[in-house]
Amino acid sequence: MTRVGVIGIGHGLFGRRSDATVQELAFEAFRDALADAKIERDVIDASVIGSVPEYHKQRSLPGVVQEYLGLNPKPTWLTEVACSSGSAAMRTAWMSIKAGVHKVVAVIGAQKMTELTTPEILALMGRVGEVQWESGFGTTFPAYYAMFAQRHMHEFGTTHEQMLGCAIKNHYYGARNQNALFQKEITLEKALASDDVSTPLKVYDCCANADGAACVILASEDRVKELAQKPVWLDGIGCATASMSVLRRPHLVGLPSATDAAGEAYEMAGVTAKDIKVAEVHDCFTIAELMAYEDLGFCEKGEGGAYIGDKAPYIGGGGVAVNVDGGLKAKGHPIGSTGVSQAVEIIKQLRGDCGERQVPDADVGLTHNVGGIGQYCFVHVYRRD
Amino acid sequence: MFQWFGKVNFTPFTKVTEFAQHLKDGRLMGSKCTKCGATSFPPRADCGECMSGDFEYMEYSGRGTLQTYTRIDAAPTGFDDVVPYTLGVVDLEEGGRLLAWMGETIGADEIAMDMELQVVPRIFDESEEIKVYYSIEKPGTTWHKGDSAR
Repeated sequence: MTRVGVIGIGHGLFGRRSDATVQELAFEAFRDALADAKIERDVIDASVIGSVPEYHKQRSLPGVVQEYLGLNPKPTWLTEVACSSGSAAMRTAWMSIKAGVHKVVAVIGAQKMTELTTPEILALMGRVGEVQWESGFGTTFPAYYAMFAQRHMHEFGTTHEQMLGCAIKNHYYGARNQNALFQKEITLEKALASDDVSTPLKVYDCCANADGAACVILASEDRVKELAQKPVWLDGIGCATASMSVLRRPHLVGLPSATDAAGEAYEMAGVTAKDIKVAEVHDCFTIAELMAYEDLGFCEKGEGGAYIGDKAPYIGGGGVAVNVDGGLKAKGHPIGSTGVSQAVEIIKQLRGDCGERQVPDADVGLTHNVGGIGQYCFVHVYRRD
Repeated sequence: MFQWFGKVNFTPFTKVTEFAQHLKDGRLMGSKCTKCGATSFPPRADCGECMSGDFEYMEYSGRGTLQTYTRIDAAPTGFDDVVPYTLGVVDLEEGGRLLAWMGETIGADEIAMDMELQVVPRIFDESEEIKVYYSIEKPGTTWHKGDSAR
């Protein structure tokens, strides 16, 4: 079977994009990716759209995107698994190339969230928990992660200051990313002084809803060797699920789906956690990043607090460099686009194109993209030649 | 009658609809598979173990311990009139878990991880229509059982 690699990447500005429709956002990222690949549209065999449709007034998003991108009559389809929809799009594109159905596939994460009000978004996101037994009590998305945090603090002595360390790091790097929503650093004092959202989580523990798009063009081995200047390969894909309901999880101090997906991706790529130089992890909340260090095997379960406390996940910090583009926290989280945005950053890192944010000797990297509260997790391992 | 359950109900139709009638009558019910005996809370009509569709209701004591909790300050649509409120997840004595509001018998400064608790069936007084739920209270908290006259 063919190896699958990358021939082009594109990334639009994330933020409150009152200037653009969702297909216009998709176009920005797609045009960038074509330019990066130095190809014309006719090379693209199909597109896969990662997006969560409930946020858009437009029904059936792939149709309007495909038309606006000028890709008719080529095939397109949507993947939806909450906040990991973008990685699901990567996965199905990878599968279609592996199967020999397509040779070049444009993966587009596109999302416009800010047409809804914050309470509407909270209500919508709260319903990514189980609606029969949980949502009737007014659960919110932050509340679930807050309850993970509370348990993690209780079992392992993790502190709120350690959790906020993830946000401080991500803002530090977000300040150096021109596509980020928040391009400024924050301090612990300011973070601790921010309003409570769902205790112990405060405003600065939470990523922000955003609009934006990202694009990765995947291709078969022969097309990559022909078209890519600096080939990067998607060599390991892992995907796992865990119960929809928080009431049916084996524990509340991590995401079992993340551990399972990572194990699968590592095995397929023939690597271990020790080989990973740079990672994009799903920091929808600070505790989510801290648990990801553990679930991905960067440190032992319970040691995530010390890992960030020691600044291990900074560039040159001695651990895996994590979210050195700002993560969801500083970049913003247009939910369907995030998985593709993570891939764009890892591919740039492996190409050595990240400037002052470049991780030295980055040869193997991964993305960790979580849907909901870990109902879904996708871990993808990339390698350069 | 499952539309009775919850301040806002998103699933009026279910195979475990009598759960809400039992709750209104002061009984907290899980399910027990009549084929293999597996129990579940929340109740489920279809056995997660042996896949049988035959089940009976089994009364739970409501006793348990606090697995985790959070106080919500930013509420979703439909809950702005009760904010702030504290959610707890209870590990039930008979197995299974439940998510509910922390009730008035437990002060904010009394909440402690792994503390012992009593889950109590409730009827929403403020509402014109029937709305039932349960709350997390101190051990020993009592409530009225039987056919509700409300």
